[in-house]
Amino acid sequence: MTSISSLSSAASSAPAPTPVPLFARSRFANLGRIWVHVVLCAYAVIALFPIALILINSVKSRDAIFDNPLAFPTPDSFSLIGFEKVLHNTNFMLYFGNSLVVTLGSLVLIVLFGAMAGWALSEYKFRGNRLMALYLALGIMIPIRLGTVSILQLVVSLDLINTRTALILVYTAQGLPLAVMILSEFIRQIPKELKDAARCDGVGEFKIFFQIILPLIRPAIATVAVFTMIPAWNDLWFPLILAPSDETKTVTLGVQQFIGQYVTDWNSVLAALSLAVIPILIMYVIFSRQLIRGLTSGAVK
Amino acid sequence: MNLQKKTFPWHIVVFLAPAVIIYSMFSALPLLDTLRLGFYTSNDAGVHRFVGLANYHTILFDSDWSKAFWNAMLNNLKFFAIHMLLQNPIGLLLATLFSLKGLRGARTYRTLIFLPTLLSVVIIGFIWQLILSPLWGVGEGLMQHVGLGDYFAPWLGQESSALLTLGLISVWQYVGIPMMLIYAALLAVPEEVLEAAYAEGASSFRIFWQIKLPLILPTLGLVTILTFVANFNAFDLIYSVKGALAGPNYTTDILGTFFYRTFFGYQAQIGSPTMGAAVATLMFLVILLGVASYFYFVQRKLTRYEL
Repeated sequence: MTSISSLSSAASSAPAPTPVPLFARSRFANLGRIWVHVVLCAYAVIALFPIALILINSVKSRDAIFDNPLAFPTPDSFSLIGFEKVLHNTNFMLYFGNSLVVTLGSLVLIVLFGAMAGWALSEYKFRGNRLMALYLALGIMIPIRLGTVSILQLVVSLDLINTRTALILVYTAQGLPLAVMILSEFIRQIPKELKDAARCDGVGEFKIFFQIILPLIRPAIATVAVFTMIPAWNDLWFPLILAPSDETKTVTLGVQQFIGQYVTDWNSVLAALSLAVIPILIMYVIFSRQLIRGLTSGAVK
Repeated sequence: MNLQKKTFPWHIVVFLAPAVIIYSMFSALPLLDTLRLGFYTSNDAGVHRFVGLANYHTILFDSDWSKAFWNAMLNNLKFFAIHMLLQNPIGLLLATLFSLKGLRGARTYRTLIFLPTLLSVVIIGFIWQLILSPLWGVGEGLMQHVGLGDYFAPWLGQESSALLTLGLISVWQYVGIPMMLIYAALLAVPEEVLEAAYAEGASSFRIFWQIKLPLILPTLGLVTILTFVANFNAFDLIYSVKGALAGPNYTTDILGTFFYRTFFGYQAQIGSPTMGAAVATLMFLVILLGVASYFYFVQRKLTRYEL
């Protein structure tokens, strides 16, 4: 079992930042290091300032937003009026539910079907194996958006227009190529002995996959999850085209249309923006380690 | 053994089928069908009629259409150039700084700078719209603070600067992607090589230019092609900030918004699925050309550096 645990940790974690002693290269090394921090700090401020600005002002009264936009809210200027208006007068909670259903629905399908296909492609030798892998990989480079005209016709003919199912199917199709590639790459690293031992004991192929392989590839699944959730949650194009009705709107589309209508109500606009930002912030806090691991372990090369 | 070979491997089919069916139905086949639809025209009743290259002839040679198309194409090229000149060099710089050995807080910087990449383009667009709006004055106030107040202008609203401003917003948002990919590549540079270079007395700058940079060239190539595909497929930012008309006066119109208008129509023009399909096909060809030339001209020459 040691080989398995070391395998999964080696494949999932970024190379640890070993505390190598600094080379005594020059006496300017320390000075140089300070400049590095100055540059990185400055850039971090540029990256975060706009988001912080919106979050801070979303909990302020209208006057405070205009009079002193850069100040933190004080007991005097604190106000949740924007959030109250948005949550009471609009269907925001419904949109959240829709986004959640669509994102999680496609996530489950992508992970399950992606892992199954990845397993088939990496484990079994059959005619057309490489061709099939290539066919599935094409979708990584070619944006699914270019097929929109036909996707719309297909969705209409299947009577799925204005349903969350349509979005789930489209996002699943969009996410599968990368998922298959990452997962099959990962499955390939699982030691052969493990599967052979199971087969010797007469365990069926499905049981091997669901009970041995699937639990083993959890780290890779987490990586795939992050990579597929974010584009699905953030997409504007397909909700706009396939599911624009009020019952099926996602948060992204809801915000887009809401802000278009209420440009002058700054409290509501800032609250709506914050409401759309906060779920991603929470997700990022939970998954950032996994995301960084996925990126630095070469999952997307 | 013989027995196994004769039974049809149903399990392979079962494992592959769901992924292949969904991918084919909602991605591969619609794409092919879109290429086919570009050769048709449809009447009000939705009946399709084969017209050969007529749609393409209209887009490329009808004076109104070709003007709009080439305008969108040129704007898209500018949009891509902004990303290549700013986003990727900044990403390279940040990644190089992170990967310096023993840098404290590297992980925190990395995490913070990557954050905007995760937010919806729609939200990012509005946030910047508010900041740059003369109404709110946060942008203007900040610039006054550093003595540049006179230079403030409603950049998003001016024909001369709207596209550049949107490009900069997009760069600001997406710099995390090249940064992370390049960072991963830099981590893969073998330790011994660097130590040997240090031992020989090479300066940090020389090591960067002569060792690290050549070794990460394949990643820079990948970043380039990913940027290209993403830019020529962009839509959300322009649509949410400028609407389907990509104002002012179409100066921010790119292929994505042009495609949307052609497909769904706007104001007086009626949308056409078949014309939309033709535009999508042209976009497909542009992207295909980019990807193919990357693989033929760049990837092949770069592989020899791979470790």
